[in-house]
Amino acid sequence: MSMKIPKSLRISPAWAPYVLLSPFVTLFFIFGLFPLGFSLYLAFHSWEPASGLASMSFVGLRNFEFALRDPWFWKSMGNTTWLALAAGVPQHLIAIPLAVFIQAGFKRFRNIVVGVYFMPYITSTVAIAILFSSLFSTDYGLINQALHGLSHIPVLRFLVPVGPIDWLGRPQYVKPAIAVIVFWRYVGFNVVLYLAALQTIPKDLYEAATMDGASSLQQFWNITLPSIRPMMYFAVTLSVIGGLQLFDEAFILTGGHGGPDQAGLTTALYLYREAFDFDDFGGASAMSWVLFAFVALLTWLTNIAFRPRNRSA
Amino acid sequence: MNPKKGNAGKWLAYGIVGIGALIMLAPFYFMFVFATHSRTSIFSAPPPVYFSSNLVRNIDILVSTIPFWRNLGWSLYVALASTALTLLFCSMAGYAFAMFEFRFKNILFVLVMGTMLLPQFMNMIPTFMIMDALGWINEPRALYVPGAASAFGIFLMRQFIGSSVPRELVEAARMDGCGEIGIYVRIVLPLLGPAIGTLGLITFIASWNNFIMPLIVMRSPDMYTVPLALRSLQSPVDTQWGALMAGSAIATLPLIVLFVFSSRQLISGLTAGAVK
Repeated sequence: MSMKIPKSLRISPAWAPYVLLSPFVTLFFIFGLFPLGFSLYLAFHSWEPASGLASMSFVGLRNFEFALRDPWFWKSMGNTTWLALAAGVPQHLIAIPLAVFIQAGFKRFRNIVVGVYFMPYITSTVAIAILFSSLFSTDYGLINQALHGLSHIPVLRFLVPVGPIDWLGRPQYVKPAIAVIVFWRYVGFNVVLYLAALQTIPKDLYEAATMDGASSLQQFWNITLPSIRPMMYFAVTLSVIGGLQLFDEAFILTGGHGGPDQAGLTTALYLYREAFDFDDFGGASAMSWVLFAFVALLTWLTNIAFRPRNRSA
Repeated sequence: MNPKKGNAGKWLAYGIVGIGALIMLAPFYFMFVFATHSRTSIFSAPPPVYFSSNLVRNIDILVSTIPFWRNLGWSLYVALASTALTLLFCSMAGYAFAMFEFRFKNILFVLVMGTMLLPQFMNMIPTFMIMDALGWINEPRALYVPGAASAFGIFLMRQFIGSSVPRELVEAARMDGCGEIGIYVRIVLPLLGPAIGTLGLITFIASWNNFIMPLIVMRSPDMYTVPLALRSLQSPVDTQWGALMAGSAIATLPLIVLFVFSSRQLISGLTAGAVK
């Protein structure tokens, strides 16, 4: 490839980094940093979208006051926390043993198995949520039919509800339905993270433990778990941050409105509604900062929970 | 878990991993099965488990209800434009961060990385207002221009360039009188193959799947990307499930194909932040 660079385009090494950075940095300031500052500014202003930017007026903390007194906002925060826990905790409790099984038992087909588990993570949340909303349908949805099928097995009969469940029409079932999708989507991603962590554990640790007569379970408890602790910290942090931003699945499953009795209204979804359905950009911005503070707080708590303890462990 | 310890444990592990894999695959399978069934046969008891013959009819309904091919075209256009811009800008900036010393380098890098930690919803409302002010509502560039300032892209490129472009090669080219842009085009870019592939895939997939940004800036059904278009087919009264499933399957198939050919590279790229 002998492409001639014109003389006029020649730049000195002193200027080169600035030239190389300029497109990225320009976009970064316009679409990355500026919106952040603008969002903070909006949070302290009231604004009528219909009457242009001139109608913006400073209202002090009133938007925050409104947010903190808004029952829907608190409901959405509760929903979001519930969903983050109900979809997030099982993700890790299941991903860790799965990763251990795959690491131990799969040599030849490992890439295929890992690929299968990872696939939900790369596919469109919207397409998947739409598919699941058909699976969760009341009368002939696959999930209700499967549950009905289970009721023919004598041992399981008592665990299965009598009639079909109105998953998306009843407040108490919307959240579990969303949690199932989120779990399905992210469990494989966590398996991949934990598999990566397992690769780094030295084999002789296990050999020495086997010589000493430690059982598989003891090895898992005393070698595997402590070794993957840093990855647990990382993976749980990602789950917390991702879980608190839940939007697409909740939007599709509840038709964009939050579902019966706002049971599926996540905070990200409510922010969207507050801004674009109710035209309150200032209030929505204030809420986004409250939610951000909550995300930061939970990330910090995760950090404390997983902070490396003494080396002796 | 010790693999040498008896076969029972091993088969149990195989069984659990296998059942899990089936659960992962089942929704995809049913998506494609449903795409070939009519609305009434999707919702029948027992539910359809095999493919049927209604795919063409479903696609007919799909393209007569919404401008689906157009939507698909916009999705492709935005994803490709987004990928090209991100690769260009992130490789340039990543090269600057990896190989040059300049004022504000560290603070700028920390600033860029810091935004990676910020949730997407923080920028949702102001981004809409900026797009409105710029007159970019219903413009595809509202989707691919902002995304090109990808913090993750810079991170990936800087790591890769730092570890696989030899400094001596760059210095030698400079000694030989090659200009700085020439060095980037002729020496750095050709060495970036794997990083370009990984970041390209990640960017393409993220753009293809993006829902919230198109939802905010694309107001006309003619300009919808596929996720928005599918969502517009959902109605509380009369949803054409067969058509909706066909559309979802068409939206998902390219990603599955892409993934089958590149899963290892893609996975290692997406987990790059996690594995040191």
